[in-house]
Amino acid sequence: MVTRGFSGRRPPTSDDGRIPPGQYLEQGFPVLSAGPTPRVRTQDWSFTLKHGPRPIKKWNWAEFNALPLSKMTRDIHCVTAWTKFDTPWQGVLVDDILGDAGIEPPTAFTLALSFDGYSTNVPTKDLVAGKAMVALFYEGKPITPDHGGPARLLVPHLYFWKSAKWVSGLQFTQRDEPGFWELRGYHIYGDPWREQRYTSDP
Amino acid sequence: MSGEAAAQSPWQAATITGIRKRTPRVTSFFIQPSRPFTYRAGQHVDVRLTAPDGYQARRSYSIASAPEVGEAIELAIERLDDGEVSPFFHDVAAVGDEIELRGPLGGHFVWSDSDGGPLMLVGGGSGVVPLAAMIRHRFARKSPVPVALMFSARVWDEVIFRDELIGLDDRKDGLQLVLTLTREAARRPSDYSRRIDAAMAVQSMARLPEPPKLAFVCGSNSFVSAAAQALIDADIPADIIRTERYGV
Repeated sequence: MVTRGFSGRRPPTSDDGRIPPGQYLEQGFPVLSAGPTPRVRTQDWSFTLKHGPRPIKKWNWAEFNALPLSKMTRDIHCVTAWTKFDTPWQGVLVDDILGDAGIEPPTAFTLALSFDGYSTNVPTKDLVAGKAMVALFYEGKPITPDHGGPARLLVPHLYFWKSAKWVSGLQFTQRDEPGFWELRGYHIYGDPWREQRYTSDP
Repeated sequence: MSGEAAAQSPWQAATITGIRKRTPRVTSFFIQPSRPFTYRAGQHVDVRLTAPDGYQARRSYSIASAPEVGEAIELAIERLDDGEVSPFFHDVAAVGDEIELRGPLGGHFVWSDSDGGPLMLVGGGSGVVPLAAMIRHRFARKSPVPVALMFSARVWDEVIFRDELIGLDDRKDGLQLVLTLTREAARRPSDYSRRIDAAMAVQSMARLPEPPKLAFVCGSNSFVSAAAQALIDADIPADIIRTERYGV
């Protein structure tokens, strides 16, 4: 349905193909969260890998930072319709976390858990094979608390609510269990290229 | 809360049935969905505009009206000078125009009188919009839930819904309005002229008969960060504070 009098402001043509449908290009870095910004001190921080309720391995800050660091520069897409190009992150690939724990993924589904009680579900195959990391640095600097520091999940190919801030661990689950926003109307998977924003989207 | 998911709806045509200037930068648009929906105070809708060549832009706007008022919803839209959608509303949109919208959306930043209180509401600028929906819902339901609204604006003339909020405050029925102006002197004896801080939060909370059960904070990112911290410094537990942020 054409809107009378609306012409719009298109993204530069050189960006063709990088902006998913319904998104606009953002130069800043907006922040969205459900509650106040948790201040997680690195001395209190830990990361736990769990299979259901059972812990597999737990790292403290120093141990986690001793894992192999990888760089990832990706476009990110927020469900609130902004897209930001070429965001540079550094952190530990989920592959390397699993490697350090000496395991293969035990189930097809994973819940990311956060220090503020937030959770979000991601199929395990979307976290491995170099697709996702637990990020520790943004633009070469430690991630600020507003953006999820000291550590956040980064799953850049899904809408950004899947990239859980203040991440405290990954839990393998038998079923695809909806997390915080998925229980509140957001899509169970969240592919920006298919505009999977809300539960009722295909 | 999971029931919210079922209330989602696809895009639908909606007609602008009224336009009312609220402040120099904020105008309310009353919009009638072709398929009216029920919603909760605090929820938002997505609005979609389509250019003749098919290009689309979409933005989220909080609903300002109470669920009780009728089938047209009120969106109070602030003009952003470098915006793409808000200038369309302010400069082009007219009564009778059709847009597309989708909603209601959002199942977290919501309040119904059955959720109880007391409530601590904190808004910065146009962040007051979803809080206004809660206050209007409370009034429409004749709810006795005690509410304190701390509302920060730059100047007196930018206090969105000012006369209505002061009128509700004057009823002395359990709603306490605390205005704070960051670039002008306070106009009322009970108001402030500075940014929201912990001392202001403590004093505003003291106007409630008991500590809040829920707190809602909405505004720009920097406003929400500072205001949520002020509430925490005023000993409001972090897990009862819900936030909604916009901007960069």
